[in-house]
Amino acid sequence: MYTFSNRLRLFAIISFVLGAIMVAFSFMNTPGTVEEMKAMHAAHGDGHGSSHGDASHADDKTAHHSDHAETADHGEKSHDNAHGSADTHGKDGGHHMSQAEKDEHHLGQLKNKPWAAVYVAAFFFMMIALGVLAFYAIQRAAQAGWSPLLFRVMEGIGSYIIPGTIIMIILLVMSSLHWNHLFHWMEPSLQDPLSDNYDKLTVGKSAWLNETGFIIRAVIFSSIWIAYSVLSRRFSVKQDNASDNSNFKKNFRLSAIFLVLFLISESMMSWDWIMSLDHHWFSTLFGWYVFASMFVSGITVIALITIYLKSKGYLEQVNDSHLHDLAKFMFGISIFWTYLWFSQFMLIWYSNIPEEVTYFITRIDDYNLPFFGMLALNLIFPLLILMNSDYKRLNWVIVIAGIIILFGHYIDVFNMVMPATVGANWSLGLGEIGAVLLFLGLFIFVVFTALTKAPLLAKRNPFIEESKHFHY
Amino acid sequence: MSSKVIQAMYIDDDVLMSAVKKVRQENHHIEEVYTPFPVHGLDKAMGLAPTRLAITAFMYGCVGLGVAITMMYYIMIKDWPQNIGGKPSFSFLENMPAFVPIMFEMTVFFAAHLMVITFYLRSKLWPFKEAENPDPRTTDDHFLMEVAVQGNEEELKALLLETGATEIKVTEKPE
Repeated sequence: MYTFSNRLRLFAIISFVLGAIMVAFSFMNTPGTVEEMKAMHAAHGDGHGSSHGDASHADDKTAHHSDHAETADHGEKSHDNAHGSADTHGKDGGHHMSQAEKDEHHLGQLKNKPWAAVYVAAFFFMMIALGVLAFYAIQRAAQAGWSPLLFRVMEGIGSYIIPGTIIMIILLVMSSLHWNHLFHWMEPSLQDPLSDNYDKLTVGKSAWLNETGFIIRAVIFSSIWIAYSVLSRRFSVKQDNASDNSNFKKNFRLSAIFLVLFLISESMMSWDWIMSLDHHWFSTLFGWYVFASMFVSGITVIALITIYLKSKGYLEQVNDSHLHDLAKFMFGISIFWTYLWFSQFMLIWYSNIPEEVTYFITRIDDYNLPFFGMLALNLIFPLLILMNSDYKRLNWVIVIAGIIILFGHYIDVFNMVMPATVGANWSLGLGEIGAVLLFLGLFIFVVFTALTKAPLLAKRNPFIEESKHFHY
Repeated sequence: MSSKVIQAMYIDDDVLMSAVKKVRQENHHIEEVYTPFPVHGLDKAMGLAPTRLAITAFMYGCVGLGVAITMMYYIMIKDWPQNIGGKPSFSFLENMPAFVPIMFEMTVFFAAHLMVITFYLRSKLWPFKEAENPDPRTTDDHFLMEVAVQGNEEELKALLLETGATEIKVTEKPE
């Protein structure tokens, strides 16, 4: 049995409390009115350029970029209120915003900032647990012979899906109650034909994008994932003391069913929770893209926690070859993620259709470093570090590669959420770091508590002997 | 100049493996082992150095990437930067996404083909090459170990028989 070390528990609690304090500060530092915002800006100096200093920003671009901006502006007529992206194209060709409107808009983005920071971190940790559940289900459905030694680790991480999705649902409910403005399609005036904000495109999508359906779907997706995590864990623990393999078989069938439901629910979840932040934009392979991100993060966390537990002497039978396999998965799925990222980017870049391409223009203009930086973190580092077969057996190499990959995929989620919610006003500051610490603390606490609940070695699993002698 | 070798025949790969270990323990030099299929772990048991084919493949891949980049930079950006459907041909970086599929394929092409050719060269394989098989049965269901005779021939024969060899033949191998 694993015992939760006091030092780790203390670390989790400190991380949680410190994160909570930092998040609270970032909420308190948010300006409430335009006057406050201006006062704060004056105090700060013009340090972080406001999104509206864009005139020169846009003019600096090469001819190619202003081409984009111009074509984009045509499309913008119907996109006038695409928050976060509308005014970042700079060129005031399509429409003119009065200074008051601009200030209001800017204020809205600043108000979103702490919310978006919490949302990104909450989603990131939820997604790790979900990715691990998917990996676990695949191992069970494929009857993999190497991984049963790691099942308890995976089950432990998977157990975070319960608090993870509950927090996500709470955040989504808060958005639906208009406590924040993360999801612009929730703005009631967009649906009102008499309003200046009336937006035909949003109305056209309202059959899917409405608060009631949104919350109901979120609850359904979460129930599927939680049910699998709980039931599969139960069968797995029961198998330890069973006299036959019936629990193992049940788990096999359950995993196969879960994988089907998972792919459907995950795909729709990514439309709802991420893609609808940019509700004028759509992409077909988005669900896969989000899946690749969660899958590689999940596998990385399995590897990191396995290395940690082994270093504490809890997983004696886990050898280099198990780590080698995990590292191969980290390597392969990192490349898979890049493939999907590039497929999405290149198709849109190549055809350059205004209604699609605005998504990437905001990201390239306002998020240049995080947008392209994550390619280095998520592709080039893992590619070069994990290509060598010998390196995949060294703990410290996997730990370094794992930390880089996790940071890269945090930035990935950041890039998906922030441009739509805070526009050019992003930073990796108090709120963002605080939110990560908050959820990191919670994640460690939940996962390691779950690990203490059952023996780390799954006894009587039909493949456990093979797994113990696994050698590559 | 010729050297004397003993060819010991085995009919089971497990027996062969333990024989290889035994013979190496007794400090005899194994010239070659002929098997009808890959025997897992045989190279380790024989003490063969690990292959460096993967390293060459990596380098060939880098060459392929370089070729693709140079080619497209020269053709599309430097030599005749046309406006094709409004794609920016001002610099390589601006037009890079369109080149990535070719860069990828060239990397794979170079890595794969040059590695295969390297393999053929290193293992001396080509069409019309005369087969170097001491006994045709080793391509079907027999395993053959060739041990150089250095000292006492009879002692070595006894050792090989002890390890489970079913047939033993002493031949002169032309150098």
